[in-house]
Amino acid sequence: MTHHSKKKHESEGEWEPKIIGFLCNWCSYAGADLCGVSRFQYPTNIRLVRVMCSTRISPHLVLDVFEAGADGILIGGCHFNDCHYMTGNFHTEKRVGLMKRLLKEAGVDEKRLRLEWVSASEGEKFSKVVTEFTEEIQKLGPCKARTDDMVKAKISAADDASETFRLKALVGKEYNLLSKGNAYGEEVDPEKLGGIIDAASRDEFERALILELARIRPMSVKQLGMVMDVPTDKILRHIVLLRQNSKIAMEHPEGFTPVYKTIAIGGEQ
Amino acid sequence: MTDEANGEKKSPRIGVFICHCGSNIGGFVDVKAVTEYAATLPDVAYATDNLYTCAEDGLNNIKESIKEHNLDRVIVSSCTPRTHAPLFQRTCEAAGLNKYMFTFVNIREHCSWVHMKDRERATQKAKDLVRMGVARARFLEPQEETKIDVTQAALVVGGGVSGMTAALSLANMGFPVHLVEKDNELGGFVRNLHGLMNTKKSAGETIEPLIDKVNAQKNITQHLNSRVATVEGFIGNYDVTIGGDDAEPKEVKVGTIIVATGAVPLVPEGLFGYKEHPNVVTATEFEELCKKKDIPKLKNVAFIQCVGSRGQKVSYCSRICCNVAIKTAINIAENRDNMLGVTEEKPAEAGGQAVEEPAADMKAEEGTERRRRRRGRGRREGEDAVEEGAAPSSGVEITVFNRDVMAYGVEHELEFNKAREKRVKFIRYVPDNLPKVTMKDGNLEVGYFHETLKMERSMPVDMVILSTPLVSQPDASTLSQLLKVPLGQDGFFQEAHVKLRPVDFATDGVFVCGTCRGPADIAEAASQAAAAASRAAIPLANGFVQAEALTSRVDETKCTGCGTCVEVCPYGALRKNEEGISEVIAAACKGCGCCGATCPEGAITMTHYTDQQLLAEAKAALEEG
Repeated sequence: MTHHSKKKHESEGEWEPKIIGFLCNWCSYAGADLCGVSRFQYPTNIRLVRVMCSTRISPHLVLDVFEAGADGILIGGCHFNDCHYMTGNFHTEKRVGLMKRLLKEAGVDEKRLRLEWVSASEGEKFSKVVTEFTEEIQKLGPCKARTDDMVKAKISAADDASETFRLKALVGKEYNLLSKGNAYGEEVDPEKLGGIIDAASRDEFERALILELARIRPMSVKQLGMVMDVPTDKILRHIVLLRQNSKIAMEHPEGFTPVYKTIAIGGEQ
Repeated sequence: MTDEANGEKKSPRIGVFICHCGSNIGGFVDVKAVTEYAATLPDVAYATDNLYTCAEDGLNNIKESIKEHNLDRVIVSSCTPRTHAPLFQRTCEAAGLNKYMFTFVNIREHCSWVHMKDRERATQKAKDLVRMGVARARFLEPQEETKIDVTQAALVVGGGVSGMTAALSLANMGFPVHLVEKDNELGGFVRNLHGLMNTKKSAGETIEPLIDKVNAQKNITQHLNSRVATVEGFIGNYDVTIGGDDAEPKEVKVGTIIVATGAVPLVPEGLFGYKEHPNVVTATEFEELCKKKDIPKLKNVAFIQCVGSRGQKVSYCSRICCNVAIKTAINIAENRDNMLGVTEEKPAEAGGQAVEEPAADMKAEEGTERRRRRRGRGRREGEDAVEEGAAPSSGVEITVFNRDVMAYGVEHELEFNKAREKRVKFIRYVPDNLPKVTMKDGNLEVGYFHETLKMERSMPVDMVILSTPLVSQPDASTLSQLLKVPLGQDGFFQEAHVKLRPVDFATDGVFVCGTCRGPADIAEAASQAAAAASRAAIPLANGFVQAEALTSRVDETKCTGCGTCVEVCPYGALRKNEEGISEVIAAACKGCGCCGATCPEGAITMTHYTDQQLLAEAKAALEEG
């Protein structure tokens, strides 16, 4: 099936989901091993990548792989309090929260990313998880990052947003803030923190998408607002901030409307 | 492989060895086709298939091919790295290849065994997996495992039974030990106690020889009235400041640390009339009364078990309280320390003593008979249950209100039987219907719901002994932060693995024993201490530790010193250097990658699991092959 081009599959209705699984060495990978030893069968679509701990899976790894054309990504870790590295999976859970927020912003169904705790003894569970997940992705259809430039641009923006200092620092500290309190020893309200991360995710995504779109061709505030479906006053505020940070520049206004172009960094086009 | 002279990268030369694993892979995957496909992949210099790659000839094939084809990377595509990676890595090393230049591709557990009904797709998947492995292998780099010297001395925090036992074990092995005790004398919690289980000796008499040995051991430096003030460093190389109450802080260098800080009994504020009515005391307070020989004359004693534990103030079972109550009940019944107000010259229960003397087999037989009768079975007509067996200890009534008696182990079960022989009553209560301690007309009374009779009852008592659980030391969190080792949900120190590593912390070089890791009796605490000492002695005896090569690495040019990595590392393997930049302590790092995924500046990479390697591997799966 993979001998043909993807577009051909879709037109012929023979599209097959491409699913990547990132599994931690100690629980999920071992669970997948046991699944094999026990001969529990599952669909052939998934390709597994081993990491030492699910906590290694940064949003960048996941979003970049979505951008490259994955239709679904499974992250497998140990159950809580079983993590080989004590607290790794608690951080994983928070990071997956950010990934889902950004996928949502990018218009990608968050069901395409699945987090599962599979222990080394849960071979049958692993086959069930993979079977269910494959069926789910089959229903959702192709993710279209390879065929639709706007989808690709949005996922790329989500990826860039996930790499911003603000989001990485917020989500990096999220588990410790919720479990140990803040630097003053005060308890942190999960809803309030969640709200802060929601807002930050949206803002960072929108800024990243502005940069992504204005990289291709200079765009006006109004154009950006229409393409992104974001109010123009908000776009303007983002642009003010991006200009302050020397990330975007005003270029040759067309008539009375200024347009903006992303400033290329280093070797970037 | 880099050509140093030109500074140019030579393209990698990858060898791919694909295994049939008999018919385990070959039966469901077209291994020949996968091998042919592998040979077409970029940078693959050699590809072959073996019936069994892990067999002698398979391994020799790898070694010979490395030399013959000048391979600088090896991929074995067979079973799971979890069992076979070390074998193939050793093979690579034997042929002079760094073991980190090896990649495993799992086409058995993750392919042939799970897609047994679809040879075509299983073969395609195996090709994809090999392509992913090749993509990863191209970015591999050799890694070195470094040896780090170890300071051959230890620190033991806590001078109770566990701390002393651990210190003594290490000192007897010849290692200098610094023993830190916050009080002005050794002994710990046991010093508060009077009698102990399964011994007629007093608590003081029992631990005295241990204290003497510690005092006599020249390798042990005692730091009394002292606490650990600061801890810097990592396994093999700790700089510890010991702060005294009135002495100058002392700095010591040690290689390993044992935590043995013990526990304290819960004070049952607001429970069962404690501090509200007279003669309602905790089990520990009762021990102190016994020590002072200050016990009021007892006629009617009630124990209440699980006070504050198992879902009240703490969630866990404190393990030791049932046995302590049984021990104390027997002591009362036997009128040790004149608890019943009779002079010691005339022990009131010579009869009672006589009962426990007979030969073991006879005793067992009698015991069974007695128990059978007491339950009302087989009681002969006209026989009065109360008069048989041992005399009820000068008429003292002892009742143990319990949720269930956990007299675990052989010796404790025997003690439990002995208590029952002495007519100690065990009455069950359920958590929804706790016994109530009240004052009625100036007399103490325990009201309870009799679960068998299904009716409210009450009994007058002259003393209530509350069995409260051991809880963690109030300052445990301070030490936990200093040593960067975790406390569990109950506030006790948490071991690395509940079953397989009971006295290790996840952090290398730090160990735990005794009641600071959960309630334990003296024998258990001593066993743990001996275990912790032997674990702590391993790096000391070796004189070095082997640092993992799979660690994180900080790009100093990118790090801004925000410290997020230091916060999230569960091993304390990251610290800020003098310039405020993060640095990795290789000896402490376990390579989980949390810091790398967290770093807001993207300044941290994981060796052998770089973004480049992982992304190459994952994206290769998305290519059309």
